[in-house]
Amino acid sequence: MHGRPRKVYKPEEEAASAAKAAKLRALQSQFMSYHHNKIYTKEAVDLSTKLLEINPEAYTAWNYRKLAVEDKLSRIESDPDLVKTILDEELSVVESALKQNFKSYGAWHHRKWVLSKGHSSIGNELRLLDKFQKLDTRNFHAWNYRRFVVELTNRSEQDELQYTDVMIGSDFSNYSAWHNRSVLLSSLLARKVDGFLPNKKIPDEYNLVHDAIFTDEDDQSGWFYHLWLLDQTVNVETPLLTSSWPSHGSCINLSAGCLNDSFSEPGSFPLIIYFNQAVGGVSSSTVTVDTELKGNEDLVWEPVSKKNSQVSCVWVARLKYMSSEPCFRKEYKVKVRIGDSPGIVSSRGCNFSAPYEFIFTAHVHDTLEESQGGIVSWTDGFDIWDAESKDLNSLVNLDQSNAQLDSKWRQEAIAEEIDLFRELPDSKIGKLTLARLLMAKAMISDAAVKGVHYNEILDLYKDLMVLDSSHYQYYKDEHSVALLRKVTSSTEDLSGRLFRYRNMNNSVCLRLNNLSLSRIASVEKLLFVQMLDLSHNELHSTEGLEAMQLLSCLNLSHNRIRSFSALDSLRHLNQLRVLNVSHNHIGEHSVDTTRYLCSSPLSNSECTRDEVGRQMPSLVTKYWDAYFVLRDLNLKQLDITGNAIAGDEFRSFVLQVVPKLVWIDGKKLES
Amino acid sequence: MSSSSSSSSQMGELVADKHVRYILMSEKKESFESVVMDHLRMNGAYWGLTTLDLLDKLPSVSVDEVVSWLLTCQHESGGFAGNTGHDPHVLYTLSAVQILALFDKLDILDVAKVSSYIAGLQNEDGSFSGDMWGEVDTRFSYIAICSLSILKCLDKINVEKAVDYIVSCKNLDGGFGCTPGAESHAGQIFCCVGALAITGSLHHVDKDLLGWWLCERQVKSGGLNGRPEKLPDVCYSWWVLSSLIMIDRVHWINKAKLVKFILDCQDLENGGISDRPDDAVDIFHTYFGVAGLSLLEYPGVKAIDPAYALPVDVINRILLTK
Repeated sequence: MHGRPRKVYKPEEEAASAAKAAKLRALQSQFMSYHHNKIYTKEAVDLSTKLLEINPEAYTAWNYRKLAVEDKLSRIESDPDLVKTILDEELSVVESALKQNFKSYGAWHHRKWVLSKGHSSIGNELRLLDKFQKLDTRNFHAWNYRRFVVELTNRSEQDELQYTDVMIGSDFSNYSAWHNRSVLLSSLLARKVDGFLPNKKIPDEYNLVHDAIFTDEDDQSGWFYHLWLLDQTVNVETPLLTSSWPSHGSCINLSAGCLNDSFSEPGSFPLIIYFNQAVGGVSSSTVTVDTELKGNEDLVWEPVSKKNSQVSCVWVARLKYMSSEPCFRKEYKVKVRIGDSPGIVSSRGCNFSAPYEFIFTAHVHDTLEESQGGIVSWTDGFDIWDAESKDLNSLVNLDQSNAQLDSKWRQEAIAEEIDLFRELPDSKIGKLTLARLLMAKAMISDAAVKGVHYNEILDLYKDLMVLDSSHYQYYKDEHSVALLRKVTSSTEDLSGRLFRYRNMNNSVCLRLNNLSLSRIASVEKLLFVQMLDLSHNELHSTEGLEAMQLLSCLNLSHNRIRSFSALDSLRHLNQLRVLNVSHNHIGEHSVDTTRYLCSSPLSNSECTRDEVGRQMPSLVTKYWDAYFVLRDLNLKQLDITGNAIAGDEFRSFVLQVVPKLVWIDGKKLES
Repeated sequence: MSSSSSSSSQMGELVADKHVRYILMSEKKESFESVVMDHLRMNGAYWGLTTLDLLDKLPSVSVDEVVSWLLTCQHESGGFAGNTGHDPHVLYTLSAVQILALFDKLDILDVAKVSSYIAGLQNEDGSFSGDMWGEVDTRFSYIAICSLSILKCLDKINVEKAVDYIVSCKNLDGGFGCTPGAESHAGQIFCCVGALAITGSLHHVDKDLLGWWLCERQVKSGGLNGRPEKLPDVCYSWWVLSSLIMIDRVHWINKAKLVKFILDCQDLENGGISDRPDDAVDIFHTYFGVAGLSLLEYPGVKAIDPAYALPVDVINRILLTK
């Protein structure tokens, strides 16, 4: 099937092939007869040997041989010599089959089956492996079998690590060896085995992998190992809190909830905590909220994630506050303590260990300015927001306060790698690695240096877009991530993009339009944002926005959204009321790249049981993603014009699915 | 008699009719190569029939003929064999289910029986064996999850444990292997990502890490390989591409170059697609080439579902309507 040259067969060749085919057919048919009649005589078994020599992929023959062995074993008196003879014969059949095709699943599995009967010496097996691994150092069947033998014999991880040393030493271009090395080393490091502490081991490994990267700039064998080393250097295992809303030291304004404020649930606000990795176990026992603002009820913490998942980076709880008495301007302190009791655990099993506390103040006002309840405009009614806000400063400097790279060895490793990679002549992997190293460095640098790093990173990605144009969009996405990091790391930059919308209680609006953004990032710094303008960019998905729990208005017009399934993350935004997806590409493409990133019956995570589903099943099938996404949202205002999908049929379908909609494409609907 | 033409690159066209004829004629072949693959005829039928449907030519075959042969491959256990007389295995059970789904004839199955055969192969640790002889591989996890989802019997297995086992096969490069600790390989990645997709568990995938590993499968010729430093092969146009699509990172490769690579692998005279330009064609690569072109939105090819590997209209019909 693979690697055979295309040729036109001459009649003699075709005849010869047909003759061979006829012989094989006869052999197979005789074999089938023995198999179905459960005949295990020497003659019959020898026939199966012949069959497997010609065609090691004839899986039924391997099954037959197992039945024959079991039959033989049941007839002898467990005489160890006889058993050995029988099983030896099987091992030799496997070996000759492997000579024919050393990638035969059937052959390798048969060998494992024989070995599970407690036979053959380790020396034998390792010798066989040596032979096959020399023939093809990338044969994954051999490497898998090696793991099987190692487990059977309890060979030490250190010895196996030494074996990868030998393989890599003789040829660094052996991805399989690097892969095995990563598995063994990560286990030794995790178990904190003597001589395997990260501060010594990781720098050693950097030295080892450099040869693999620098000798041939196009050989990928060492790239992923190096990326793993970088991950071990930069990312600490223990989960940490990245950000929260409200943030420490901030002040929020609440209204004494009897308003007809259609933009938020009266009498409550969300408490958002954002970790640096997915964690589970966040509850009212592991997170305590101390304040006179609320009653004695425990808060209910929920992960912002798919329905099946109990873990998330982002957790939310709604704090309901007492609003029955008339209150003038009352100030309440709220103290949140995370991790006093154990229970918060990362998905990799690490405990959140250092308890963390943040305190903010809530001002409860009798009434705030009435929101006009009219149509929301993205152009009129905005004032610039003041840049001196304490909130802004504390958010922007989050990286530093959460500096994870306090270990000397980590900082030194990054500095050395940066120096090394700066000296490389222009190569794709050189520039890409340097960009990644600088990103890691930028996160821990102070404001002055940060800006310089981000500019260099942006230039590197622009160079890569030209140098390796096949992967243009990968570098474009990374460029967008770096750009957003840059914007959200500078108080000046960020405040220049912040506005207040007069018509909606001075909601905070962030404008990130016209930035050629192809991807969203740095959301942990933007939890305070209520209106977000991402129009005129190159986004094809809203992945990442689910954490922005305060978001009530979102402008995605003039982007590259291809389907409603790409907006799945918005289903987590309980306060979203205004959505503009006009002038996108919805309905233009036959391939949906977010089909499985959207909860639906296709991924066994939703069902259509409701009125609309019952009454218009064919439209629900036709517009399934719009149906599932829109029915979970409580939109008042929606813009969909300028999309191929937005014809009359779709518009009327939308009105069925979102009965509370007030404006569509700028027109007010009859109630 | 002219040999294979390498002027294919100039035209850049899908010779769909030739491929249809190649598939329909392949039944009649009695060469050594085809007899040697006799035991996986069920897979071959699935590859051929799905390709025909993607090219809108499924009516060219006799449904009854296929279905009656298919039923001769079913065992008392409920599982299907690769061909009449052979032993049952999940590999062929999935293909049988997929073929019946294509023909909208799933109702001829004793669903309880087939699903029990599959569900019965789940092990304590959540993994799946291929058959009673116990070989374990994440390919079989995918097969179990895919077939049971089509049969709407996913609740017959322990989905949580099945997912846990797949996650235990995740590697430090973001990819997946056939068993825990095994090297990442595009075929296994497709199986694991597909299984996670079908069970709504894609949050276990580090999409950026895996996405970079996958997009770096594109080599200078525009084709895709299956793991680092290996040769490109048309079948990876399916496994790498569908994986990239399921995690929404397909924009990280150059689609135009890949289209050109696939088209260059066609035998423009006799039909069929090969693993590499100017190699021998076969049904396997013909299917993967056309399926790849479908994912690349090539005109004239129906949309294929990246997780179930069946046309989107077939899957939508089965899963979106009650």
